[in-house]
Amino acid sequence: MTDTSAIIAAMQAEQTETDAAGHGINAEEWHRLITRLNRKPNLVELGIYSVMWSEHCSYKSSRRHLSKFPTKNKHVIQGPGENAGVIDIGDGQAAVFKMESHNHPSYIEPYQGAATGVGGILRDVFTMGARPIALVNALRFGDPSHPKTRSLVAGVVAGIGGYGNCVGVPTVAGETEFHSGYNGNILVNAMAVGLADQDKIFYARGATPGNPIFYVGSKTGRDGIHGATMASAEFSEGDEDNRPTVQVGDPFTEKLLIEACLELMATDAIQAIQDMGAAGLTSSSVEMADSGGENGEGIGVEMDLDKVPQRETGMSAYEIMLSESQERMLMVLYPDKIDVAKKVFEKYDLDAEVIGMTTDSGRMVLKQFGETVCDIPVAPLAEDAPNYDRPWVEPKKRAPLDISKYPEPQDYGEVLLKLMSCPDMASKRWIWEQYDRHVMGDTVDSSQSQGNAAIVRIHGTNKALAITSDCTPRYVAADPYEGGKQAVAEAYRNLSAVGAKPIAITDNLNFGNPEKPETMGYIVKAIEGMAEACRTLDFPVVSGNVSLYNETDGIAIPPTPVVGGVGLIEDLTKVATLKGAQEGDVLILIGETKGHLGASLYAREILGLDGEDAGPPPPVDLETEQRNADFVRELVEQGLVNAVHDVSDGGIACATAEMALASGVGVIFDPTVKSGIDNRAWLFAEDAGRTMLAIDKDKTADFVSKSAAANIEMDIVGQCNEPDARDLIIFGTYGGTSLSRLREAHEGWLPGYMNKVD
Amino acid sequence: MKTAVIVFPGSNCDRDAEMALRQASGQDPAMVWHKDGTIPDGTDLVMVPGGFSYGDYLRCGAMAANSPVIAQLHAHAERGGYILGVCNGFQILCETGLLPGALMRNTSLNFVCKPQKLKIETSNSAFTSAYGRTSEISIPIAHHDGNYVADEATLDTLEGEGRVAFRYVGNPNGSARDIAGVISENGRVLGMMPHPERAIGGHEGGTDGVAMFESLMTAA
Repeated sequence: MTDTSAIIAAMQAEQTETDAAGHGINAEEWHRLITRLNRKPNLVELGIYSVMWSEHCSYKSSRRHLSKFPTKNKHVIQGPGENAGVIDIGDGQAAVFKMESHNHPSYIEPYQGAATGVGGILRDVFTMGARPIALVNALRFGDPSHPKTRSLVAGVVAGIGGYGNCVGVPTVAGETEFHSGYNGNILVNAMAVGLADQDKIFYARGATPGNPIFYVGSKTGRDGIHGATMASAEFSEGDEDNRPTVQVGDPFTEKLLIEACLELMATDAIQAIQDMGAAGLTSSSVEMADSGGENGEGIGVEMDLDKVPQRETGMSAYEIMLSESQERMLMVLYPDKIDVAKKVFEKYDLDAEVIGMTTDSGRMVLKQFGETVCDIPVAPLAEDAPNYDRPWVEPKKRAPLDISKYPEPQDYGEVLLKLMSCPDMASKRWIWEQYDRHVMGDTVDSSQSQGNAAIVRIHGTNKALAITSDCTPRYVAADPYEGGKQAVAEAYRNLSAVGAKPIAITDNLNFGNPEKPETMGYIVKAIEGMAEACRTLDFPVVSGNVSLYNETDGIAIPPTPVVGGVGLIEDLTKVATLKGAQEGDVLILIGETKGHLGASLYAREILGLDGEDAGPPPPVDLETEQRNADFVRELVEQGLVNAVHDVSDGGIACATAEMALASGVGVIFDPTVKSGIDNRAWLFAEDAGRTMLAIDKDKTADFVSKSAAANIEMDIVGQCNEPDARDLIIFGTYGGTSLSRLREAHEGWLPGYMNKVD
Repeated sequence: MKTAVIVFPGSNCDRDAEMALRQASGQDPAMVWHKDGTIPDGTDLVMVPGGFSYGDYLRCGAMAANSPVIAQLHAHAERGGYILGVCNGFQILCETGLLPGALMRNTSLNFVCKPQKLKIETSNSAFTSAYGRTSEISIPIAHHDGNYVADEATLDTLEGEGRVAFRYVGNPNGSARDIAGVISENGRVLGMMPHPERAIGGHEGGTDGVAMFESLMTAA
């Protein structure tokens, strides 16, 4: 028998400043809290404040800077502030997407941490009425030689696959990198893209008083209590003991929840809906109440926690409100639709209960065992959350890299092999072969071709979405402003390269402790750089997530603002990918090569420079970037391009090598093509705004005149598979390698690493 | 040809199956919900699609084999109806006893999704006739439990009776004798791990699955 009076007494006990500190609420926030409340909170109330005012839920360190992002263009239907962003893709349809991190949980318990990251981002998308059609993930792990790295890779990959494969949403693209800076804090960022009808989009806002609050999905257990608070603090050795705060995922239930919610959404039963993610029932009910009312003026909620389906006995109101049990949704229904809703969830054998009512009081009132255990105003929880202007310092500019100080390589073939097999560049086949990339039958191009962006057909049409995820932390660390610009520009370039019109981005800003002015400086400048790129490229931010305190024992991760870009392809017959280069094709480089090797992969992998002395990253000229990308898109649309690849890590040599591998053709380069540029710089420089194309030889003259007319910088850099160089990548007299050796090196590293027995 | 697709709560290739059958037959297949659905009278072909029928946290397909709709599937088989089980569908057909053998975890212990080369072992079946003289095709696979096992006598019987439909070229999962798909004694039931419904054109899976559906359309 549960001793209800003991639970109630504990729930109603008045809390002190010391108790609050134990909940991560500092002195200033405590005073703000008791002023708003006009009294001290009880335990349930303190718990609710602590999660709502956590960094994770309130964005208290980043909010004022996030407002610098442009969030609108003519396609944007819903920008940041809802569960996910929504863009118009024509024909009455919309794409709904967002990226979110599950970094801390994945480090503590990689399988469940990553799995529930996927589950959470899927819910953000189908909550809005969209059927999820694609998953993408951006992963960053520690140095391969670190003792934890291998098991973290294995666990995270299995978790992502285990969830996405079962739910039946294809995982179509991703990126995986390794760096010692992530030894104590891996990054697991998951993005989901969904498809909805514009007249059937659902929001958290708009609930009015007097309507039933409906709980659906899994039962509530004690898992994940205080996950949001954990994600808002630094790690230290031994924090693996936080394992009970990691939730356990059940993709089968998620699959049922998707189908049930979409079925109910086809009726007119739902007034407002919010998934229970971080901070579970607390944040979902507070957010719906705060954004409720006909004009968003806010409403109140009253819930009877005894009605919440529970997995365990004897749970307290505190535990119920803070649980992060997965696969749960909260809805406000129209009053006469309870039976309709219950019937749908019965079909799928899911729990569904009315647990309360919306009110006009503006207060959150919670009852347990007939007693009131919480009675607080809603507005301060959300609107009055702290909004800090954290002190920050301008990151130091680096001196340029002087390449002439370093010896020229003996054999460029060996350099290419080394770059193409380094952990960041090596094929990630071992990872993406564990993801179902084809379920739903609309995957036109995925990680399988190792291309620029995934292409997913819009079901039943000849249109498609292109999706990419990009960030080069090396650049952001060297110069957050230029690095931030570059991440956005690369997404723009990647989408354009496959023939898509870039529309909007989601972002996932991963940084260290914002209370340190140096780290805060990186956050501010990266955001400002990204914002400038978004403005110039008309490529706004429609959703996103901030993950701070990625720091262990005082050492922050490399700054990693990941960009997830979405573009529209109007005609699927007019796309280009990495595969498709033909024997005899001419290789054309669009964009100007200045020979920038600072902060390049060459500098890190070949010269061993990975800090100050690696120099600054390539500057991004956004106007040129846009002109070049638009030019490439037009060429692709005209069907003139056989294969395409953006030039980034490892310069034109690596871009072409990847194209050669995907297409199965060899290449002859002329390293002396560009006068006045060091050979190393010509082949491995990472100047922005460039794209490599393979075209029919007899179209070369046409290309030259086209680019001259458009005032686009262009170089002819080599040919594919000339008869005397079958299967070879040759740098003139500077060396070369065979395609089979290159393939072996490129494909061999990751399986060799994962299957190694120490 | 009248077709139907069984939909378990965790089926996730049901829509893919529906698309493939519609493309091949020009008609909408009946989508039969596991709990209460009945296979419509006169159905010629039932497809048991891929996915994770009931989550498959236990043995894959074990719970599905005890689902209400399975009695109807047995009746359909006894009538001599055609059944195509793909991936989880193959696992379910083995669990129901409609096909011999079982599917265990891949020897790599990892889920594997890739284009898979298959050798067509017989074009003399209702499922493969349209392949004619084609001997090798590429069909996507995506599974964690595709390692086909049966006792030696059963395997000998399958081979002796020409009931091995497809063999892997480069075994991806450890299957006995590289077996990728097997046919029932009466030649009317095929279970296979690769996904022909993901190879019907228009996307990354290619077009090598089309002939299987064409074969079936001319069979009944």
